[in-house]
Amino acid sequence: MNPSVTFGGPLATALGLVGAPLLLGVINKTKAFFAGRRGPPLLQAYFDLVKLLGKGAVYSRTTTWVFCAGPIVGLAATLVALLFVPLGGVAATFAFQGDLFLVVYLLGLGRFLTVLAALDTGSSFEGMGANREVKFATLAEPTLLLALLALIRVAGSPWSLSPTLGNISTASSLGTAPVIGLVAVALVVLLLSENSRIPVDDPNTHLELTMIHEVMVLDHGGPDLAFILYGAALKLWLFATLLAGIVVPVRTGNLAVDLGATTLVALAVGVVVGIVESSMARLRLIHVTHLLVGALVLAAVALLLAVGWSR
Amino acid sequence: MRHALDFVLVTLVLTDLVLLGSSRLTACIRLVAAQGVLLAFLPLALTWPELEVAAMALAASTLLVKGVAFPLVLERAMRDARARREIEPFVGYTPSLLVGLGMLGAGTWLADRLSADVVRSPLMVPVALSMILTGLFFVISRKKAVSQVLGYLVLENGTYVLGISLLSETPFLVELGMLLDVFVAVFVMGIAIFQINREFDHIDVDQLDSLKG
Amino acid sequence: MALFFTGLGTLVGSGVMAALCYRRATLATRVAVTGAIFGAGLVLVPALPTLFGGGTLVASLPWSMPGAALRVGLDPLAALFVVPMAVLGVLAAIYGARYLDPAHANGTLGVHWLAFNTLIASMLLVVVAQNGVLFLLAWEVMSLSSFVLVLYDGSAAEVRRAAWVYLVATHLGTACLLAFFTIFGAAASSFDFDAMRASATAVPAGLLFVLALIGFGTKAGFMPFHVWLPEAHPAAPSHVSALMSGVMIKSGIYGLLRALTLFGPPPAWWGFLLLSIGVTSAVLGIVLALAQHDLKRLLAYCSVENIGIIAVGVGLGLLGKAYGLPVLTALGFGGALLHVVNHAIAKGLLFFGAGAVLHATDTRDLNRLGGLLCRMPLTGATFCVGSAAICGLPPFGAFVSELLLYSAAFVAGTTGSPALVAAAAIAITGLALGGGFAAACFAKAFGIAFLGEPRSAAAAAAHEVGTPLTAVMLVLSVAAALSGVLAPWVVGSLAGAVANASGTSLNGTTAGLGVAVDGLFFVSLAAGILIAVVLVLTLTRWLLLRRRPIGATGTWDCGYARPSPRMQYTASSFAAPLVELFQGVLRTHRRFTPPVAIFPPSATLSTHTPDTLQELLYAPIFVGISNALASFRPLQHGRVQLYVLYIAVTLGLLLLWSFQ
Repeated sequence: MNPSVTFGGPLATALGLVGAPLLLGVINKTKAFFAGRRGPPLLQAYFDLVKLLGKGAVYSRTTTWVFCAGPIVGLAATLVALLFVPLGGVAATFAFQGDLFLVVYLLGLGRFLTVLAALDTGSSFEGMGANREVKFATLAEPTLLLALLALIRVAGSPWSLSPTLGNISTASSLGTAPVIGLVAVALVVLLLSENSRIPVDDPNTHLELTMIHEVMVLDHGGPDLAFILYGAALKLWLFATLLAGIVVPVRTGNLAVDLGATTLVALAVGVVVGIVESSMARLRLIHVTHLLVGALVLAAVALLLAVGWSR
Repeated sequence: MRHALDFVLVTLVLTDLVLLGSSRLTACIRLVAAQGVLLAFLPLALTWPELEVAAMALAASTLLVKGVAFPLVLERAMRDARARREIEPFVGYTPSLLVGLGMLGAGTWLADRLSADVVRSPLMVPVALSMILTGLFFVISRKKAVSQVLGYLVLENGTYVLGISLLSETPFLVELGMLLDVFVAVFVMGIAIFQINREFDHIDVDQLDSLKG
Repeated sequence: MALFFTGLGTLVGSGVMAALCYRRATLATRVAVTGAIFGAGLVLVPALPTLFGGGTLVASLPWSMPGAALRVGLDPLAALFVVPMAVLGVLAAIYGARYLDPAHANGTLGVHWLAFNTLIASMLLVVVAQNGVLFLLAWEVMSLSSFVLVLYDGSAAEVRRAAWVYLVATHLGTACLLAFFTIFGAAASSFDFDAMRASATAVPAGLLFVLALIGFGTKAGFMPFHVWLPEAHPAAPSHVSALMSGVMIKSGIYGLLRALTLFGPPPAWWGFLLLSIGVTSAVLGIVLALAQHDLKRLLAYCSVENIGIIAVGVGLGLLGKAYGLPVLTALGFGGALLHVVNHAIAKGLLFFGAGAVLHATDTRDLNRLGGLLCRMPLTGATFCVGSAAICGLPPFGAFVSELLLYSAAFVAGTTGSPALVAAAAIAITGLALGGGFAAACFAKAFGIAFLGEPRSAAAAAAHEVGTPLTAVMLVLSVAAALSGVLAPWVVGSLAGAVANASGTSLNGTTAGLGVAVDGLFFVSLAAGILIAVVLVLTLTRWLLLRRRPIGATGTWDCGYARPSPRMQYTASSFAAPLVELFQGVLRTHRRFTPPVAIFPPSATLSTHTPDTLQELLYAPIFVGISNALASFRPLQHGRVQLYVLYIAVTLGLLLLWSFQ
C-alpha cells in the first residue's frame, strides 16, 4: 500500500499544526526586510503563544459564556477543517465528495462564533469589526466556491479537494494555465481578505476604528487570545497551502518530496504576502468591496474559460 | 499557436474587465492601448507558420495606430481638458464589473447561437462579441467624453477580433481600411473634445443637452 | 388510513369542543391541546412507517359533491410533510397553551383554538388529498383558519391590516389554483390526480405550470409573491407564526411538487425559471431580513430566503430531469425536501424564541433589546442553536441540506452543458451569498437581542419564561443537532419521498442520493471530532486558568469616560454596511438629523427598509383598482328600493338577452 495514503494525511495535518505559526514569522521577516529593520525572530509567534497560554485572564462584566466559546469554537472549527484540506498532492486525512463545502462552512462556524463573542462585549468598536468581518466574508464565499468549481472542471475530478489537487499536475498544461492562473489570483485576494491582511485589513494598526479582525478580539486575553492567534495562523496556513498546491503542482508520489515542496511554496506564499503588505497601503473600506467583487468576477471568468476548454 | 492565441484573448477579456472597474482616465487609456498592442499579435498568431506580408502590415499598423497614436491623442485631449477621473458614472464601478461578467456570458451565449466555425480557438467569437457589448455599455454608462471615445475604441477592437475570426480568408485589406476610418474618427473626436472643453470648461457629455436651447 | 382520519376527527372535534366552552378559557385550552396531542399522535402512527418504510396507503369514499371524491393517499412524499406538520403542531399547541394567557383572554380563546386545530387538520388533509376538489377545499379551510389565527389580537389596527393583506394574497393565489385545477380537470374530465396524470399530454403544460407556480408560490412566499409573509408573521401570536412559517408555507412547496408529478417530463425552462426565482428569493429575502429591526419580521423575511433555497433545489432537480442527469435530480429534490424538514425545525425554534423574548420584554424591536442571555439563559442558548442551525452551519441539519444542494449544483457544473454550468454558477453564488448574509443576519438577531447590555428598561427587567416554553425550545434544539449528526441515516430515509417527488424509481433515487450519503458519514465524523475538540479545548482552558487570577472589569472603551448601553452598536448600525451593498434594490429610508454647532443638542439617525416590491408593484396596482372601483360608488345609496330596482333591471336585461 502506498504510504502516502495511510500516513500522508495525518502527517500533513501535523505539519500544519506545527508549522502554521512559522508562516506569520515569515511574513513579518519579509516586511522587516523591506522596511530595513531586523524584525522579530522567525519563531516569534510561537513565543507569543507560549506567553499567552501562561497568563491569567480578565473578563468584561458584560460578557457571558458566548465570549469564552468564541475562541474555542473558532479554533476547533479551523482544526477540523484542516483535516479535510490536502497539502498539495498529499491527500487529506479525510476526503469525500463535498468536503469543500464542509471546509467552507466550518470556517463559517468559527467566524460566526467569533463575531458573536465580539458582540458579547457590547463595545461599539467590536460591533464595527464584526460587521465588516461578516460583510467581507459573505462576499468572499461565492468566489471560493466558483474558483474551486472551475478548478474541478479543469482537473476532471469529483468535487472533493484531495482528488482535485491530486489531478492538477496531470491536468495542467499550457491550455489550462489561464484558468489555473485566474483561480490563483482570485485565491490570493481571498487569502488576503479572509486572513485580514493588507490591503483589506492592517494587522498592525493601532486605531480601533480602522481594524477588522483585531478589533473583534480586543477584549480577549490570556489563553483565549492564544487560541485566537493559533486559529488565525492555522487558517492562514490552510489558505496558503491550498494556493501552493494549485500554483506549483509537485506530484512526484514521494511523500517527503511532495510534503516538503508544497510546504516550501506555502512559505513562499508567506513571502509574497509580506511583499504585498510592504508595498501597498490598506484600501479604503468601500474599495474592499470592489476588490472582492473583482475576485468573484475573475473566478467566474475562470469557470467560463474552463467550460470553453472542455468543449 | 493555439495557446498563445488563447492567452491573448484571455488577456483582452481581463483588460476589458479592469477597464470597467477603473476610475482613473489615464489608466483607462493605457488599458485600451494595451488592447491595441494585444490586437497586433492576432493576425500574426493566426497565420503563424507562414509570415504573410499583409498580416505583418496589419499587425504593424495596428500596433502603431491603436497602441501608440490613439493613446497619445487621447492623453493629450485629457490633459487639455484637465479631466483625470471619471466621476460618478451612471453605473458604479463595482456593478460595472458584474455587468462586464454578464456581457462575457452574453457573448458566449450569442456565439453559441451563431455557431460560427471555430477553427482557431473556441474563445475567439465569444471574446469578440463580449468586447463589442462591453464597449457599447461603456459608452452608455460613462459621462466624460474621453471615456466615450474609449468605449468606442473597445467596440471597434471587438469588431476587429470578430472580423479576423469570421473571415477565415482574411482580407486584411478590409481591416486596414477600417483602421484608417477609426484613425480619422478618433482624431476628429479628440479635436472635438478639445473644442468642447475650450467652449464649456468641462467635457461632461450629459450636460450637452443644455445646448438644445 | 382509518387512524389518520380518526386523528383528523380528533383535531377538529376537540377544536369544536374548545370553541363551545369559550367562557372557560382554561378548560378550552386544555381540551384543544389534549385533542391536538392525541390527534397528531394518531396521524403519526401511519405516517412514520410510510415515511421510513415506503409504500402508499390509499382510501376512497364516495362523495355527493359533483366531480369530487374523498380520495386520499399517504405516500412517502406526503408523509414527509405530515410528520413535521404534526410534530410542530403539537409543540406549538403546548407552547401556545402557556403563551396565550387564559386569564387575559376575553372569550376569543375558544375560537382561536378551534382555528388552530382546524389549521393542523386542514394542512394534513391538503397533503394527503388525491382529488383536486378535495385539495382545494382543504386548501381554503387552511387559508381561512390561519386568517382567523393571524387576527387573534384583532384590536390592533396593524394586525387587522396584516390579516387583510394575507387574506387578499392567499385568495389571489387560490384563484390561480382554481384555474389550474379547472383547466387540468376539464382536459382529464376528472379531478382525481391519477386521471389528471394520465392526461398530462393533453393540457397546455406551460400555462398550467405558471399557474401552479403563482398559486403555490403565493402560499410558499416566492419572491414576487411574498409580500404577505412579513405582514402576517409578526402580527400573529408567536406559536402561530412558528406553525405558519415552519410548516404551513411548506404546503405551497408540497403543492408545487405534487403538481409537478402530474406532468410529464418538464422542459428545461421550468427548471431555469424556478432556479432564478429561488436565487432571487434567497438573496433578496435574506438581505431584506438583515435590514429589519423587528425580530419577527426579520424571521419572516428569513423564511422567504429558505423557501428560495428550497426552490433552488427543486429547480436543479427539474433541470436534472430535463437534461437526463439522474444524480442531479436526486440531489436537487433531496436537498429541497431535507431543507423543508430542517427549516421547519429551525424556524419553529426561532419563532418560539422570539415569542419568549416578546413575552418577557413586550417588544420585538431589536434596538430596545440586549443582554437577554444572562436574564433568559435557556431561551438564549436555544436561540443561539437555532441561529447557527438556520445559517446552515455544521453540525446542524440545515448544513446537510445545503450540502446536498451544493453537490447538486456541482454535479450540474462539472458534467453539464454550458447552460447548466451557468445555472450551477448562479445557484452556487446565490446559495453562498444567502448563507453569508444569513450568518450576518443571525449574528445580528442573536447578538443584538441577547448579547451586550440591555438597551431599555424592559430588556433589563426580563426574566426567563416558564417550563413548557423552554422545554419546547430545548426539544427543537436537540432535533436540529440530531438531524445534522445523524445525517447519513436521515438522508438515506428520504429516498422514498424523493422518488415520489421526482417521479423516478426508488433504486435510481437511492443510487443518486448515494453519491452524497457516502460522504455524509464524514460529516457526522467531523461533527463528532468538532465536539471532541471543543471539549478538549474547554478542558485545556479550564486547566490553564484554574490557579490563575481572573479579573472582572468593564469592556475596553478606548479610554472613553462614561460609556452607556445606548452607545452600543445597534441593529441598524450592524446591518447598514451590508444593506448598502443592495441600496439600488432596497431603497432604505433614512431619517437623519445631523448634529449642528459645537455643542449639538441632539442628532438622530433612523433607517427603515420597506418592501420594494410592495411599494413599487402592489401598492400602485391596488390603489389603481381601488380608484377604478370608486367610480361605482354612486351606485351605493343604502336605499332598499334602489337595490330592488337594480335586481329588477338586471333580471329584465338577462331575460332580453336569453330571448336573443
